[in-house]
Amino acid sequence: MATVKIPPVLRASVGGEKEVSADGSSVGEVLNALAAAHPQTQSQLFSAEGELNRYVNVYLNDEDVRVLDGLQTAVGESDTLVILPAMAGGSR
Amino acid sequence: MSPSGAELLRQVKSQIEEVDPAVVAEHLGNGMVLVDVRETDEFGVAHIPGAKHVPKSYLETRIEAAAPDKDAWVVLYCASGNRSAWGARTLTKDLGYRRVASMTGGIALWKDRGYAVTTPKALTAEQRDRYSRHLLMEEVGVEGQIKLLESRVLLLGAGGLGSPAALYLAAAGVGTLGIVDNDVVDLSNLQRQVIHTSDRVGVPKVDSAEQTIAALNPDVQVVKYPVRIDASNIMEIIEGYDVIVDGLDNFPTRYLLNDASVRTQIPVVSASILGFDGQLSVFKPYEGPCYRCLYPTPPPAELAPSCGANGVLGVLPGTMGLLQATEVVKLILGEGEPLIGRLLLYEALGATFTELKVRRDPDCPICSRPPDAISDEEMGVFPDYEAFCAAAG
Repeated sequence: MATVKIPPVLRASVGGEKEVSADGSSVGEVLNALAAAHPQTQSQLFSAEGELNRYVNVYLNDEDVRVLDGLQTAVGESDTLVILPAMAGGSR
Repeated sequence: MSPSGAELLRQVKSQIEEVDPAVVAEHLGNGMVLVDVRETDEFGVAHIPGAKHVPKSYLETRIEAAAPDKDAWVVLYCASGNRSAWGARTLTKDLGYRRVASMTGGIALWKDRGYAVTTPKALTAEQRDRYSRHLLMEEVGVEGQIKLLESRVLLLGAGGLGSPAALYLAAAGVGTLGIVDNDVVDLSNLQRQVIHTSDRVGVPKVDSAEQTIAALNPDVQVVKYPVRIDASNIMEIIEGYDVIVDGLDNFPTRYLLNDASVRTQIPVVSASILGFDGQLSVFKPYEGPCYRCLYPTPPPAELAPSCGANGVLGVLPGTMGLLQATEVVKLILGEGEPLIGRLLLYEALGATFTELKVRRDPDCPICSRPPDAISDEEMGVFPDYEAFCAAAG
């Protein structure tokens, strides 16, 4: 099972966890498993067409999956996926 | 009978290698490590460009920072070639350097031959005292401190991130600090915005920040911009700054800042925070990715909460703001590996750091084009990001 790091804005959708485990041999499969287990994440991660939303970056370990094979990128048991939506908070 | 000083010097010179200034001029910057062994005030008046500075009395303890490789070609010089001869003997006999020479005639002969010297602005006695811990560092020294004093850094916001960054940059002697903030100090700010004080609630943040900085370091000139940065004023405000510290609290202005900073080729040290989480990166135009390469489109509103609505651990902007200040100082000094093309994530509750790679997007709408490809007409009229983001949200 790969480890998926959950960003602050999605934690409420996964019961407050900072990381979860999910099954799958590709990035797409792991994220779909995450969305199946935590349905609220579905629309946050994927567009209606099933593509990864452009405002969500996903990294396999430290590399952006868009420069790898996107959702088809192979994922191993010990790999970590990092989900990263843009964050703009300063504090006034 | 013990030899006289002059006799001893002759003996020392017979035991070491001496090189002519012409040899140094030919090989400088070509693998040769040139070390000025004079005192700090002498070095401050004038020295050979590219020379490292290790006073003779500190050779034993500090030469390894200047010349870590004992097989490197190390040439020492002083005023006239005597102190450097003693130094060369020390490096050879006591410290095991294998290829050491002393430059004949010192910097006096070098200048007589017409070779260039650097005459940095000297620090005052008070500045030498104030910045003494910097001056002791190989990576800063007098030259680095003068770079800091001559540098101009713009802080976007004197809030959670800008407060700690401004304090430490002022303490470090960054000569000009521009501060853009149209807000006034509120009691709820003081849990994290440490440049402000309880008795200044209600005072404009730029004025409050200026007061604190003036009390901390009179070397620092504060330029106040009590405005909200937008498309109509951003080019005028950022022009002439060396580095921008981005602590903005919203996406539209972050995109606007990105486009303007790419156009003007000013590096931006960017951080953001939420709850217990922080992000940090350095966007140096054309050397690394820009903000749009990392985040091509802003998220919808429900995924882009602001800190005001969500709360933030007071110390977190302190941590992130000081990481920003560190990157700023590195950029000014030209030392180390700035966080260009890398995104650092900090999660305070777990005390974990995660580093991610950020690539330049070859199709980036902004930084895939040369800065002057953006026409003057386009310049003042940035797209209306407020409307764009409202529509996206």
